[in-house]
Amino acid sequence: MSKERRIGVYVCYCGGNISDYVDVEAVRDALENEDGVVVAKTHMFTCSDASQQLMIDEIGEENLDGIVVASCSPKLHLHTFREMAKRAGLNEYTYSQVNIREQDSWTHRHDVEAATEKAIRLVRGGVAKTKLTAPLKNIRIETKPRVLIVGAGAAGLRASLVLADMGLTVYLLEKEDEPGGWVKKWGKMFPNNKRGDESIAKLVAKIRTSESITLYTNARLIEKSGSLGDFEVKIEVKGETIPLNVGAIIVTTGFKPYELAQDEFGHGLNGVITLPEYKEILFASGEDKLIHNGKPVKSVTFVHCVGSRQRQEDYDKPNLYCSRYCCTASIHSGLTTRGIDPSIHQYHLFRDIRSYGRYELLYEEARNGGSLFLRYDPDSPPIFEQAKNGRVRIQVKDQLTGNEELELETDLVVLATGMVPRENDELNNVLKLPIGLDGFYNEIHPKLRPVETVVDGVFIAGTSQGPKNLAESVSSALASVSKSGGLLMKGYVDLEPFVAIVDADKCTWCGKCEEICPYGAIEKITAEDGSKEIALITKAVCKGGGTCVPVCPEGAIDIEGYTNEQITSLIDAMIKEVV
Amino acid sequence: MPRDKARILVFSTNNISDPGIDLAGGAHMSYPPEVMVVNVPCSSGIRPSWVLHAIEAGFDGVFIAADGTDCAYLSDCTLRTGEVVAMSQELLREHGHNAKRLKMAAICSVCAESFVGHMEAFTKVLIGLNEAAAA
Repeated sequence: MSKERRIGVYVCYCGGNISDYVDVEAVRDALENEDGVVVAKTHMFTCSDASQQLMIDEIGEENLDGIVVASCSPKLHLHTFREMAKRAGLNEYTYSQVNIREQDSWTHRHDVEAATEKAIRLVRGGVAKTKLTAPLKNIRIETKPRVLIVGAGAAGLRASLVLADMGLTVYLLEKEDEPGGWVKKWGKMFPNNKRGDESIAKLVAKIRTSESITLYTNARLIEKSGSLGDFEVKIEVKGETIPLNVGAIIVTTGFKPYELAQDEFGHGLNGVITLPEYKEILFASGEDKLIHNGKPVKSVTFVHCVGSRQRQEDYDKPNLYCSRYCCTASIHSGLTTRGIDPSIHQYHLFRDIRSYGRYELLYEEARNGGSLFLRYDPDSPPIFEQAKNGRVRIQVKDQLTGNEELELETDLVVLATGMVPRENDELNNVLKLPIGLDGFYNEIHPKLRPVETVVDGVFIAGTSQGPKNLAESVSSALASVSKSGGLLMKGYVDLEPFVAIVDADKCTWCGKCEEICPYGAIEKITAEDGSKEIALITKAVCKGGGTCVPVCPEGAIDIEGYTNEQITSLIDAMIKEVV
Repeated sequence: MPRDKARILVFSTNNISDPGIDLAGGAHMSYPPEVMVVNVPCSSGIRPSWVLHAIEAGFDGVFIAADGTDCAYLSDCTLRTGEVVAMSQELLREHGHNAKRLKMAAICSVCAESFVGHMEAFTKVLIGLNEAAAA
C-alpha cells in the first residue's frame, strides 16, 4: 500500500526562523528519495498565499495523495494547510505537519548539524505516518448558543452586548461589586475626550435592560468541564453555586497597575502619585481649578516608563515590555490639565515617546502648547527629593540638550505606571490557560490567532492578554466575539474524526474497553456474520482520548490518525540512521 | 551513537504537554537535540507495545509527557497513564530491558522549564544505563 502513495514534502525556511539553525536544503535532499515521496521542495514561507498556490498546483499536477509540511507548530498552521489541502481537492486528513521550528530550530540554535539531523528524522516520521493516512470525514456536533464572559470591564461589557445582538445568550461574571473595571473610575480619555465613567454607565444600562445578558456580580468561575461547543461550568455568586451550560468562554479579566516599591521614582514622597491616581484627581476636579491636598496645583511633572521596559540589570523580575498606553495617556492627561488651568506648567520626563498612529497629534498638541519634554537616560534616571517648601525637587539629565543637568521643583509628580497581569490563581486553575513569560494570558499567535487559546472554545481578550489602550482592548473583545459567535451561530462544529475504531477480526469481546471508557461510547454487538460478539464505538460520543487502546488484549482498537501501524512506522522512520 | 548522548522518544499530548514543549522552543530554551517528540491525543492512550518498540528500534529511553490533572479528557488521567507506565515497564522487563528506560512526568501547557529539566536529567540517567549495559 505504502509504495502506491504519492507524497509531497514541503520544508519551510520560515524566513530564517528555521533556516538560520537547520540546513533546510539538506533536509529536502534527504527526503526526496524517501519511499513514497514524489515531490520535495523548500519554500521561504510555506504559509504565504503564493507558496500555498504553488503547492495546490503541484498537488494536482503530480497527482499527490498526501502531503507533509515541515514548518512551525501545528498549533499555528495545521488548519491553514488542511484548508489548502481541501482547496487542492485532497482530503485534509492526508496532510501532516511536522514541527521543526518550536521543537527543533528554536531549541537547538547552538548546533546546526544536530538540528538538521533531527529535522530529517522528524520529517521522515511525518512521511511514514502520512503514507498510512486514509481519507476521513469530520464529526459534527451541536453547539450551545450561550457564552460565558469572565470579567465585566470595558472589554467584557462590549463583548456581551455584541454577542447579545447576534442572538446569543450571555452570562457575564464580575468578581467586584460593580461592573466597569478601571474605566469607570476615569474621566476624559484619549483620543476623543469621552468620559470613561459615562461610557461605562451607558454600556451597563444597556446590559441591565438586555434580556439576553445575565450579569452576575461578586461572582467567580469555580469549575469547568466538557469541551468546545458544550462546556458545563459552575459559578459561585455570593455563596450560591450556579451550574451553567455554555458553548464558549471569553476571559476579559483585565490588568492591574504596576505597584511601586518604596522610593522607586520618588514613590512615598508627598506629591508623588501614579497616573491612575492623577486621573481620579482630574475626574474629581471637574472643569474648575486643579486641587491637590487642598492647594491649587501650579506645576505637574509626568514621568514615563515607570514599571515598564525595565532592565534585567535593575530588577529581579523585570517587566521587559512596553505598556503601550502610558505615553499617550500621560500626554492626554496633560492636555486635560491644560483645559482645566492653562497656567499650570507641565514637564514630561521620558525615555522614548510611543504615541503611535494618530496619537502623535496629541503629542504635537502638547509640545505646541508649551509642555516641556525632557529625555532621560535609564542609566542615570531622575532623582527625586522633598523640597523644604513641600514641593518635589527633581534632578534630571536631559539628553536633548546634551545631558544638561536640570533641576525642577514641581507640585505634583505623576508616575505613568504600566500595566501588570492580575493574579488569577483560581481562574488559572479552572481554565488551565497558558500564561506567557510576561505573566499575561497567551494567545496562540499574536497576529494570526490573536484571541484563541490552546484550549478550544476558550478565548482571551482585552488587557488580560497584555497591555492595551481602551480602543485596542475593545477591538480584541470584538475579535473574540467574532470567533466565539462564528462558532456558535452556526449551531454546530465539525470535530476532527480522530476517534476509536475497532478491528472486528481481532476483537473477541472481553469487555475491558467498555469498562474503562468514561463516556459510555462502547457497547457490545454481534458481528455482522453472527459468529461472535464484538465492540462497537459510537463515534459521536467517543472523544478520541484512546484510554481504551492500551487495555485491549488483542490490540483490536486504534485511534484514527494515531493507529498502531502509523506510530510504529513513525518510530522506525525517526530512528533510521541519517547518512 | 556517541556515549555522552542518549536518544529519547517523547510522547506528548496534543492539547497539554505539546504546547508546553513548544513553549520551551518559543522561549529559546535548550535541551538535547536527540530528543524527538511524537504527539498523541491523551497520555492514557499510549500502547505499551509502542514503548517496547521504541526501545528495541534504538531509542535509549521513552518519556511520557503526561497530561496530569490538566487532561481535557479524563479527570483521572494520571492514574490511567500510571497504569500504562506500569504495563509498559512490565513489558520492558519481560524483554530484558531496564524499566528505568521509561519515565513519565506531568508536563502542563506552560511547563517549558520543567520539560527541559526532565530532558536533561533523563539524558543523564540513560547515559548511565548505557554505560552500565556496556560494562
